Amino acid sequence: MEKLVLIGNGMAGIRTLEEIIKRDPDRFEITIFGKEPYPNYNRILLSSVLQGDSSVKDIILNDYDWYEKNGCSLHCGEEAVQVDTEQKVVYGSSGTKAAYDKLIFATGSDPFMLPIDGADKEGVIAFRDINDCEAMIDTSKTHKRAAVIGGGLLGLEAARGLLNLNMEVDVIHLPEFLMERQLDEPAAAMLREELENQGMVFHMNKQTVKIRGEERVSGLLFKDGTSLDTDLVVMAVGIRPNVALAAASGLETDRAILVDDQMRTNVPDVYAVGECVEHRGTVYGLVAPLYEQGSVLADHLAETAESAYEGSLMYTQLKVSGVDVFSAGEFTDGSDTKAIRVHDEFEGVYKKVVVRGGSVIGAVLFGDTSDSPRLLDMIKKQTDISEMDKAAILPSEKREASTESAVVSMAEDETICGCNGVCKGDIVASIQEKELSSLQEVTQHTNAGRSCGGCKPLVSELLELTLGDAFREADQKEPMCGCTTLSHEEVTAEIRDKKLTLVREVMNVLGWSEPEGCSSCRPAINYYINMVNPEEAEDDANSRFINERVHANIQNDGTYSVVPRMYGGVTNPEELRKIADVADKYNVRMVKVTGGQRLDLLGVKKADLPSIWEELGMPSGHAYGKAVRTVKTCVGQDFCRFGTQDSIQLGIDLEKKFQGVPTPHKVKMGVSACPRNCAESGIKDIGIVGLQGAWEMYVGGNGGVDLRQGDLLCTVTSDEDVIHMTAAYMQLYRETAKYLERTSHWLERVGLKWVQEQLVDHEANCAALAERMERTIAQMEEPWEQIVNSGTIKQDYFDVKHVTT
Amino acid sequence: MQETIRTKIIDAGSLEEFPVKISKEVIVEGLPLAVFRLGDDEFYTIKNECPHQKGPLSQGIISGEYVYCPLHNWKISVTDGKVQDPDEGCVETFPTYLKDGRVLIELIEEAT
Ligand code: SRM
Ligand SMILES: Cc1cc2nc3c(=O)[nH]c(=O)nc-3n(C[C@H](O)[C@H](O)[C@H](O)COP(=O)(O)OP(=O)(O)OC[C@H]3O[C@@H](n4cnc5c(N)ncnc54)[C@H](O)[C@@H]3O)c2cc1C
Ligand code: SF4
Ligand code: FES
Repeated sequence: MEKLVLIGNGMAGIRTLEEIIKRDPDRFEITIFGKEPYPNYNRILLSSVLQGDSSVKDIILNDYDWYEKNGCSLHCGEEAVQVDTEQKVVYGSSGTKAAYDKLIFATGSDPFMLPIDGADKEGVIAFRDINDCEAMIDTSKTHKRAAVIGGGLLGLEAARGLLNLNMEVDVIHLPEFLMERQLDEPAAAMLREELENQGMVFHMNKQTVKIRGEERVSGLLFKDGTSLDTDLVVMAVGIRPNVALAAASGLETDRAILVDDQMRTNVPDVYAVGECVEHRGTVYGLVAPLYEQGSVLADHLAETAESAYEGSLMYTQLKVSGVDVFSAGEFTDGSDTKAIRVHDEFEGVYKKVVVRGGSVIGAVLFGDTSDSPRLLDMIKKQTDISEMDKAAILPSEKREASTESAVVSMAEDETICGCNGVCKGDIVASIQEKELSSLQEVTQHTNAGRSCGGCKPLVSELLELTLGDAFREADQKEPMCGCTTLSHEEVTAEIRDKKLTLVREVMNVLGWSEPEGCSSCRPAINYYINMVNPEEAEDDANSRFINERVHANIQNDGTYSVVPRMYGGVTNPEELRKIADVADKYNVRMVKVTGGQRLDLLGVKKADLPSIWEELGMPSGHAYGKAVRTVKTCVGQDFCRFGTQDSIQLGIDLEKKFQGVPTPHKVKMGVSACPRNCAESGIKDIGIVGLQGAWEMYVGGNGGVDLRQGDLLCTVTSDEDVIHMTAAYMQLYRETAKYLERTSHWLERVGLKWVQEQLVDHEANCAALAERMERTIAQMEEPWEQIVNSGTIKQDYFDVKHVTT
Repeated sequence: MQETIRTKIIDAGSLEEFPVKISKEVIVEGLPLAVFRLGDDEFYTIKNECPHQKGPLSQGIISGEYVYCPLHNWKISVTDGKVQDPDEGCVETFPTYLKDGRVLIELIEEAT
């Protein structure tokens, strides 16, 4: 076998290997040097890790098994430090010596750090790899303010992530407007307004000249003499191709390593691919062109086809939630160009299509980017549009009224996944030939959606369109976790069908690949068996997360917190006295009023929990549980000059009835006695608002990560009706949501209309649901009391052994 | 010179005090340990401190020979203390045996 060595274990290099292996798995014996201590991961999705949507684990593209299965020997964490192109050997920093017949450089690029005074201080970082991402996450735990230098794509994605990490974020940008390389002024202005609404503070026209601070950064100084305090600086001003090793090895470089149309460098048998490459004067910084390069190089090395890389069209999309931006080609107006413009300031939509001599040469879309695949296609093909009307160029303008998906009108050869160059026809063919039924499978077989993920909604729609009726059943099958191929819905169906009542049994009967499961599936299965069969299921405490196992919230230092119930937020001197006594006796570190209208005893030792509960003699507030938590109330009719209803009493009744009922994710309620809404009913899972003689019920509100305003489910006239509807609504959620799906996300998925059909328009169904809820309530036990009365639980889960030697 | 290590054996308690598939927190003069009983006579002990941010590993979910840290879900082998991908690190392990119904843990006393 010929020996192939790859320097750089990143996105372009590994994609090239995948393409080679696909063409001829037995041709090369492969060795890889990778400086980063990780297998190949999706760098693009670092933004989503930072924004809290994925974990590092989720973005691994090729796990260590992949390397092993494909016979690639990976020197992970080892940098290639020297290349002898005469003897054809690569030397690694830990002493590895690898001979090659063919060598590929895929060393990517380094972030460019502004060479200014103070740039070496602690707390000054870039945004390029997992380490940077972790540094930001860690810093956010101890510091408050972050400054991002650079208002381009990367800078804005970093800034959004830092906002999600609860930091105050300033963005410093040298030019007049944001993303000036991708956007025109009107689009940039709309973008800025949207991001300001999200909480970013912009400083335009500012040049940073110095980073202040002792060891750690404390502020920035600008050229105009102004300054800014900050605890963290993220530089996102650009990247610099990583060519030092290549240059030292005798490869010809200019801005990057120079290659021809087959990705050959000037040295025989040495190739280069990715961001470290300059081809026909262009260096690319997006994966789509890099993957095209990889495919050409694979054709050449595997000798399967004679292809040539001829350069790519660049386009960009910003991955910031709530902001849709797209731009491609030449989008600035010139003397010989004309443009189609749509600018709707009410809807926050801007579309500009630039035309020269009858064909589209560039476009900018803001707010609605559904036409982007089509425009990209027209730019690539230089389609003659002189005969087309506006709706044919921007179909979204016509679609406004109807709800037809954009994929319907797309041609077979229009690109859906830009990053991986996959067109509609390829996807449809794969779905049909390989009988694919889930988004995940389509990604596996076609690569569509495997990079930035922006096209996933389109791929889903296409899947739905292609499968037709079969789709509803196949419905987005995502396996529950790595231990099984079954989805949440399938597992639940099997539990019902086969009457499974033990977690162990479920994993066993359904053929789990990890016999004892993992921390994702076990709590989910435990929830489902209890939901399906509340009387017979055997709860498995060991499949529960620690908080639900010891009925308290674990804290960062391993101590716990205790939140007793205060129904409806109402307390009395006697309860307060007990809490004060316990706090004194057990040296509780802090007593705090929570956001849920009750008191929290923080910093309690695990071994003290049962005695504290016993002495309090109050029921658990379930502040730790995937369960019904609090019912917040306002003072209402009895006291308030605007109150129209007895909100306190209804709140207490609801809380007493539903306290602790296990749900897929936590459920919080609020009852306000008038639309001034002092109990914040609009952002509760179930929020009740009193009117003269009636109650409005709002559902699907959320005040957490994905802020969402509740939707009006129905208006009822009595307290009993509220309780009845709450029981039915919660049971519907319990039966049809996936574990860890909050009501807000569930409601978005199934639709308010469907829920109303099930509950409001279908009285019998509503009653049956409420009845099933009663079965669960009948099984409820007060957990603290249960533990206080059980010697074995106390001993097994709470006692700590102290041993002396 | 060769390094010599002296160990000492401590008695952590009787078999019945250690439920199967639950971890027991044992503190030996300030040293926090997590003892895992995976089978009838299969015992492992690791330090009760996650290499990430000192999460108490005795409180994690146990699956097979792994424990998931209760604070940020790192997956750690209780048999060799290795942190599993994609995270990295390892936690100290202590040989543990069952003898005459007693659970014995071997600690390093000193290394010279
Ligand atoms: C104690 C409390 C903060 C406080 O001091 O006020 C609190 C503390 C925690 N919250 Fe909260 N939340 C508290 C009110 C809230 C509120 C406000 C409210 O309920 O009115 C919200 C936003 C409203 C909402 O949920 O819609 C809130 C949104 C969250 C979220 C985001 C949920 C989401 O769907 O986006 C999490 C994370 C999660 O649950 O996965 C969370 C998780 C947590 C956890 C349990 C973190 C964890 O998993 O360990 C915190 C425990 C800290 C500790 O060390 O004990 N907490 N949390 C509040 C307890 C209320 C209570 O009496 O039960
Ligand atoms: C936060 C972020 C968001 C992004 N978003 C998008 C997006 O939405 N769309 C898009 O198309 N692109 C995006 N990109 C760009 C995209 O990630 C890169 O273009 C792509 O990763 C480049 O691939 P590469 O293989 O050339 O380089 P890399 O992926 O950087 O791989 C190079 C690897 O080589 C290693 N290496 C370097 N020198 C050596 C050596 N001497 N020995 C051993 N190993 C070495 C490096 O450590 C690195 O791991 C984004 C990038 C970032 C950082
Ligand atoms: S209490 Fe809630 S908001 Fe505060 S740090 Fe914990 S999870 Fe975040
Ligand atoms: S402390 Fe264990 S995972 Fe963070």
